[in-house]
Amino acid sequence: MNIRESLIAIIVLSICVIWALADGAAAQQGIGSALRLMTPLLLACLAGLYSGVFDIGLEGKMLMAAFTAASVAYLTGSAWLGLAAGIAGSLSLSLIHGLASITFMGNQLISGVAINFLASGLTVLIGQNAFGLGGRTPSLTGAGRFQPITLPFADALRDVPVLGPIYSGLISGQTILVYVAFAMVPITWWVLFRTRFGLRLRAVGENPASVDTAGVSVTRLRYTAVAICGILCGIAGAYLATGLSAGFVKEMTAGRGFIALAALIFAKWRPWQALFATFLFGLLEAIANLYPNLDLGIVVVPSMFMNALPYILTVVILAGFVGRAIPPRAGGEPYVKER
Amino acid sequence: MDKMPKWADVILTPLISLILAMGFSALVILAIGESPWEALKTMVQGALGSSYGWGFTLYYATNFIFTGLAVMVAYHASLFNIGGEGQAAMGGLGVALVLLYLPLPHWGLALPAAMIGAAVFGAAWAFIPAILQAKRGSHIVITTIMFNFIAAATLNYVLVNLLRPVGSMDPATARFPASTNLPSLTDMAAAIGITWGRNTPANITFLVAVLACFLIWVLIWRTRLGYQIRALGRSEPGAVYAGISPVRITVIAMLISGGLAGLMAINNVMGEAERLVLNAVEGAGFIGIAVALMGRNHPLGILLAALLFGFLYQGGGELALWTSIPRELIVVIQALVILFTGALDNMVRMPLERLFLTMKRTSRGAVK
Repeated sequence: MNIRESLIAIIVLSICVIWALADGAAAQQGIGSALRLMTPLLLACLAGLYSGVFDIGLEGKMLMAAFTAASVAYLTGSAWLGLAAGIAGSLSLSLIHGLASITFMGNQLISGVAINFLASGLTVLIGQNAFGLGGRTPSLTGAGRFQPITLPFADALRDVPVLGPIYSGLISGQTILVYVAFAMVPITWWVLFRTRFGLRLRAVGENPASVDTAGVSVTRLRYTAVAICGILCGIAGAYLATGLSAGFVKEMTAGRGFIALAALIFAKWRPWQALFATFLFGLLEAIANLYPNLDLGIVVVPSMFMNALPYILTVVILAGFVGRAIPPRAGGEPYVKER
Repeated sequence: MDKMPKWADVILTPLISLILAMGFSALVILAIGESPWEALKTMVQGALGSSYGWGFTLYYATNFIFTGLAVMVAYHASLFNIGGEGQAAMGGLGVALVLLYLPLPHWGLALPAAMIGAAVFGAAWAFIPAILQAKRGSHIVITTIMFNFIAAATLNYVLVNLLRPVGSMDPATARFPASTNLPSLTDMAAAIGITWGRNTPANITFLVAVLACFLIWVLIWRTRLGYQIRALGRSEPGAVYAGISPVRITVIAMLISGGLAGLMAINNVMGEAERLVLNAVEGAGFIGIAVALMGRNHPLGILLAALLFGFLYQGGGELALWTSIPRELIVVIQALVILFTGALDNMVRMPLERLFLTMKRTSRGAVK
């Protein structure tokens, strides 16, 4: 951790502490909401971490996954089958992306734009055709949604000061996908920085020729990365439709794919920092939801500013004023093998 | 480079890509249990079958010409301006401020004033991403995406808190003064005694857009600046060696690009709505990407591609009206066009190149 990161950590923590001191119940509600809102961001952010430089298609893959997950969960009444369908839906778009950007060496940015439109159009088209609700899926109930899990001792510890509200109110009582998302952070770190696969993956992002010279297939590695990205986006989308809300609504990702992308840049392509960045952005969204006009005494902050803040922060980071974010060097380019 | 004759590169590949995109769209329509043939007939009838349909088709096409040209100018400097949406939205703000706060007695005066407002605001919104790309190397695709969202939030704030008339619940500005309303193509046709396209939003901006196509062609292929833009786009070291400043050209190209995207507001804000509403751009900034790709980054191609997308937009609206196929079908078609003409370009190009190469060889063999 350098100075910049510690500084941001202190700011975020002090926001939470001041909020908790000022209004404990609201802070608990807000931070809990932030944890739930950051889950899809975190999953999509880690997905982007695997896939390469700038995966614009995160948004589309999440949207498609949200739709297929909600549809299948409604038809079968099982959130788990919905999750599987979400992953399948997202993977199918990943395959198109891989075909375009790896096999046919197309521009991955353009391919990402196409994938976003494809998801945005197909979900409504199929949804309207199947359910006739103007692109929505019917509301999910019971086993069709992921339900909150109460962790052991949560009830017993409820009245303990400080620890009680944090453990029983925040950590316990989330859906399983929230825990999956958090578990993905150390797993991603371990895979990327402690396994042979991770080393090769990072190498293929920096210098594909060296990987090729070592006798490892660049194409296969890149397809694997794109597939992992698809799976994580699938979980993110499924969580949106079957955990956070109860069903699919037209355009329900609402720019989350791009906030995840922003978080990835903010985190400088590192898993632990991604956890941090997405919590910050989740917190901003939660505050904007709870207080449409936040009165800080001196100034009134409108919710639009809170909503725009992740993007503004990302531009500042990209501008390199607060520590430069350096993407993998060769991640955006197709690899042409020498003959 | 010359694996293929020029006509194959310019006409054949986009045509095959388009046919592929349309073929897949037909499959999608089949999959939801409708007839592609009937859908096409409804679209052609609704968009091109009457002067009413044409009026809307030309109106949409006008938007897409501006955003398509915006993507094109940036592309020639090898910059991918994905921020047309935000730049066009800010252009709308420029138009609204000019028309609401400047006393302009006649549209002939209001049009150039609003054009300046639109272009300045659009260009200003492209300026920060441009200077960050040029000076700090911040990836322009990401900054322009972020600026789309920042533009949406800014406009939301301005409309709700600043420009909304007292007592109105609608997040929109007051109506512009009637003296600044642009003549519609219907009025202009009536002036020379033709009844054409009643109650359609197509207006004089269409002619401005066609003029813009010509001017951009002149700019890119017939001026020193255009040469510098293209040189930078081809090879940055080459451009530097020729004494061209990459920072200067990057910024200028993005300013022109943003200005063009902003100019779209003349059509939708000044010409059609006659006030500024939330989300006035309605995705036209993104369609500009498809239009520029389809039009092979040439103004003539962009004009034709914009007409095609205008047809798709109006036809798609008619489809939603008369059949059970929702409007979103056009989003799918748009995605497939971007996919096949943009990202999967090589899928069409590689086999074609091989085909022409073998044809060349066999014909040469026959001569000997």
